[in-house]
Amino acid sequence: MKALHKLIEERVKPNFTGEGKLKRFWVVFDALETFLFTPGHTTSKGVHVRDGIDLKRTMFLVIVAMVPALLFGTCNIGYQYFLSLGEITTADPWNAMLLDKLIVGAIKVVPLIVVSYATGLGIEFVIAGMNGHAINEGFLVSGMLIPLIMPVDVPLWMVAVATAFAVLIAKEVFGGTGMNILNVALTARAFLFFAYPKQMSGEIWIHDVMASKAGGVLADGYTGATALGQLANTVGQPVNGEVSNGVMAMFADGGMFSFMNCFIGTIPGSVAETSALAALIGAALLIWTGIGSWRIISSFIVGGLVMGVIFNQLGLNAYMTIGPVHQIVMGGFMFGAVFMATDPVSAAQTNTGKWIYGFLGGFFSIMIRVFNPAYPEGVMMAILFMNVMAPTIDHYVIEANIRRREKRLAATAAVA
Amino acid sequence: MSTETTPAVEKKESLFSKKNRKLLTDPLDDSNPITVQVLGICSALAITVQVQQAVIMSLAVLFVMIGGNVIVSLMRNIIPDRIRIIVQLVVIASLVIIVDEVLKAYSPDISEKLSVFVGLIITNCIIMGRLEAFALGNKPGPSMLDAVGNAMGYAWILLAVALVREVFGSGAISFPGVGQVKFLPEGWFYANGGFYENNNLMILPPMALITVGVIIWIQRARNRSLIEEN
Repeated sequence: MKALHKLIEERVKPNFTGEGKLKRFWVVFDALETFLFTPGHTTSKGVHVRDGIDLKRTMFLVIVAMVPALLFGTCNIGYQYFLSLGEITTADPWNAMLLDKLIVGAIKVVPLIVVSYATGLGIEFVIAGMNGHAINEGFLVSGMLIPLIMPVDVPLWMVAVATAFAVLIAKEVFGGTGMNILNVALTARAFLFFAYPKQMSGEIWIHDVMASKAGGVLADGYTGATALGQLANTVGQPVNGEVSNGVMAMFADGGMFSFMNCFIGTIPGSVAETSALAALIGAALLIWTGIGSWRIISSFIVGGLVMGVIFNQLGLNAYMTIGPVHQIVMGGFMFGAVFMATDPVSAAQTNTGKWIYGFLGGFFSIMIRVFNPAYPEGVMMAILFMNVMAPTIDHYVIEANIRRREKRLAATAAVA
Repeated sequence: MSTETTPAVEKKESLFSKKNRKLLTDPLDDSNPITVQVLGICSALAITVQVQQAVIMSLAVLFVMIGGNVIVSLMRNIIPDRIRIIVQLVVIASLVIIVDEVLKAYSPDISEKLSVFVGLIITNCIIMGRLEAFALGNKPGPSMLDAVGNAMGYAWILLAVALVREVFGSGAISFPGVGQVKFLPEGWFYANGGFYENNNLMILPPMALITVGVIIWIQRARNRSLIEEN
């Protein structure tokens, strides 16, 4: 490492500084250099107590926390693919053709990641170069989150357009990393959802399912719909009607969307959102390192559970009768709670605010998904909505604190 | 730039003097009614899905604006101050009704698409704003130039937004009498086994807001005098 450092300092760096040939590309060099080595900046005046973990290393830990979800998601893509072809059965989801599953998954996931990073970082580099800023590392996490919340078969150019839109309109317009109002990755998802509804719903959750169907090689009884897509069919149907019972059978023990399948994540869905377990492993790492707010994650889950219980009590359609715990392990709820709602920039900043923000986020997630079957991914809408509300929540929390302290001051002054 | 100062100008100011020319050009950029004064936003968001709607709307606003500004300017010395808003409204409303009737008679389909927004020209803040701010205190000549300038400032934003929205949202541009002119081969679309799809978000109103925002962003980047101090 020392030799590498020396090489960079003596041979590479002079090209980019002062009158070096490549000084126009200083921002690029700076970004890569600080990624490898902690920058040697020190404050020139006064003492600052600082943690050794700076923004780049924070971002990197979040990426590490996403690895379980990513690996599981990659494997799951292959699993769903071979399941749809009837080459393996649900009896043995793990061992059969493990390597093949990973390869099929990687063929779909790697291009998504490459496109997302290339587009996003390209725009960041250009804008940083234009403004003469150092390149921010904020896109490291967003660029990873975007492919993880895409449907498997989404066309790559749409991912590029959505990423460009999200980076420009959700982030750079407001002043770059740390200034965005909305979560960048979710903005990309929302853009796709509204811009290309045909490509963002239906049978896009499984690799090549349309082609297999056209070729007539699809396994009997296999449909590519997600858990939420299936449940949306029950809205407007009587609770014990034919349609509802058919769908509910899939959610009973032993069905395709049984509680265990939803929890572990062996169901169709976006790349890495299916597994609640993998998201919880990531949550453990984020909470242990203090990067993710445990207040937001736990209150988000509680909010979802409360709404689930309320729906259970109402029981107006089959969708509402799903158990609250089953409800929150489906879809992107857990992934959203752990990786999206905790975004330190767009979430509420005060501790009380975080409780309110998380609770309402979870509450609305379940509400939107059940009330409006056209928007199965209520989590996305709910978190974006709460992003917008977060500054207002913070404002009232701070105002309440000021009033409380004023009252206390008046009380002590009266006593004295 | 002419540096000579002719004393003749002071006697009778030419209609196209430098000061009056500014009335025409200022609203296009420095004091654009939509992007700088942020007036008339509702119609800019509502009727910019198609270029032809935007053109008709712009023409309607141009007509009402010129008519309103000139008439109010002619009457400016006889309008009692207390009821001036009502007088202005009556003038605008009569002009809007004329536009509405003409549209209904000659292009009923466009009139249907613009629906309530032609009627809403009455409440278009730009028109009321110019009557109050300019026509009430200036002669008919400059008032007319001011009306043309502001209507053009309104029109070019509308056209720019409509062009972006129609090209990316519908993949075509409609012309009156010709219908939709598609410039992308049919085989490019998903429905025909291609790879392209029109952007549905462009047709939804939020994208008009974002497009106007992007225009403001570009305008401010080029014209630094628009950026506030703090």
